[in-house]
Amino acid sequence: MKNPGKMLFEVLNHLFKKPATVNYPFDGSKMPKGFRGKILFHPEKCIGCQLCVRDCPSNAIKIIKIADKQFEAQIDLGKCIYCGQCVDSCLKKAIEITSDFELAQLDPTKLKITVKGEPPTTPPPNQPNNA
Amino acid sequence: MSGPEDFKIPLGPQHPALKEPESFSIALKGEKILGVDIRLGYNHRGIEKACESKSYLQAVYLIERICGICSHTHSTCFVQGVEELAGLQVPKRATYIRMIIGELERVHSHLLWLGVAGHEIGFDTLLMYSWRDREVVMDILAMVTGNRVNYGINAIGGVRRDISQEQIKDILAALKTLRERTLYYIEIASKETTIIERLSGVGILLPADAIKLNAVGPTARASGVDIDIRRDDPYAAYSEVEFKVITDNHNDVYGRTVVRMKELLESYNIIEQALAKLPEGPIAVRAPRKVPAGEVLSRYEAPRGEDLHYIKANGTEFPERVKVRAPTLANVQAVKKMLEDRYLADLPIVVAAIDPCFSCTDRLIEVKDLDQGETKILDWQKLQQLSIKYNQQRGLDFTAAGKRLQRLMEK
Repeated sequence: MKNPGKMLFEVLNHLFKKPATVNYPFDGSKMPKGFRGKILFHPEKCIGCQLCVRDCPSNAIKIIKIADKQFEAQIDLGKCIYCGQCVDSCLKKAIEITSDFELAQLDPTKLKITVKGEPPTTPPPNQPNNA
Repeated sequence: MSGPEDFKIPLGPQHPALKEPESFSIALKGEKILGVDIRLGYNHRGIEKACESKSYLQAVYLIERICGICSHTHSTCFVQGVEELAGLQVPKRATYIRMIIGELERVHSHLLWLGVAGHEIGFDTLLMYSWRDREVVMDILAMVTGNRVNYGINAIGGVRRDISQEQIKDILAALKTLRERTLYYIEIASKETTIIERLSGVGILLPADAIKLNAVGPTARASGVDIDIRRDDPYAAYSEVEFKVITDNHNDVYGRTVVRMKELLESYNIIEQALAKLPEGPIAVRAPRKVPAGEVLSRYEAPRGEDLHYIKANGTEFPERVKVRAPTLANVQAVKKMLEDRYLADLPIVVAAIDPCFSCTDRLIEVKDLDQGETKILDWQKLQQLSIKYNQQRGLDFTAAGKRLQRLMEK
């Protein structure tokens, strides 16, 4: 049977329902566990094997030797495609993935972050959220 | 073809009816379409060439970004080809996970299409509801793979993430909701007069034309052509699950809607079977960095039709050549046929009905004129001449400056 306005009942029904959208950023801004967001570098675990640099599809990470057995990572969040390949490539689990996705910046220089090993007790200044 | 009452209008590259930049030049007589001239190439990004400078491992991520909607399609197609070249035996569990993600992708793509089709015919209520329901499958994909689009689940030799028992429970719960909603949409499509009247008899593609123009996927199946790579040339674990290939004899946009809606139900069946049968074991094997020389052609049934990847390896870490034939390229010629003797107002829905994905398709630029019917291939010098002529017409003349530059260079 052909019936015009077949969806009318459904539409009227929705007048009494909560909206399907979430009130971002006030609530519902959490991503599921295992979401691939910003990467987190642990300088104390890094052995400087450069495997992450070799496998990165977008040349977003650089590992630089600053002293004997001490390495710093320069991560360009503007270049990073958040694929998480560096996390898979790392043999020492020195790179970890976080579900932080709110990375927009007005100043492009803030997208380039450097993670150093020292001093180990205080968090790096550019990474207030995840360190 | 041109007469006093003929009129030629350009639709696109920027047009509200098209979601991607693509140009249609339409010859009109009154409201009737006499001929359509399709120009692809506005989205050419040089991905194939870029692949040649990336290692196989990096190329998977690049290939994945050919398309946002069917990203798993392209990465699986590429990865399957490389695995065949390298002679890798992919673990059973990995092939099942690939198939599950592939079907979830088909579900989200078809629901997206339903919304777009609803929007093109001015039925925006359908767009809102189908896209809300699509969020269910998007959330599942984000939970299982770690991202809503560009899932990054494929690696050469297997998959990167496993599916846990809790995730299986969540997927099954989501499938229950989705099946309920899909049955509701099928009921809407078969009873709502607005949809039936608007879509029936629009964009007719007869079976003989579908075969002649090499249509693939739901476009061909809605014309009664029984083709499906999942059944005809099984990859992943499709040979171990049971499903029907949906065909329809309406030959029009309405048939394409019916095929896609029924395919959704088949996809839910495949996912449920796969989750029930999911074998234990490892999810990946170690892949070598260097792939032995050889060439391979890989096929995959994307939500839009058959996707083809050709890979040539030369024994190094980098592929020598990668060629992608996305399903829209196969279907876009059929659009011309579908629009013959139809009205201009049908164009958006007919184009939308093949579920076009132009950024997948744009691989080469060929300039073709409808009037002259001849192909122009422009090399660098001709392009330069053309630009000089164009600028001269606008009143800019660089010849004096050019001569001065040449004199300086000679000195």
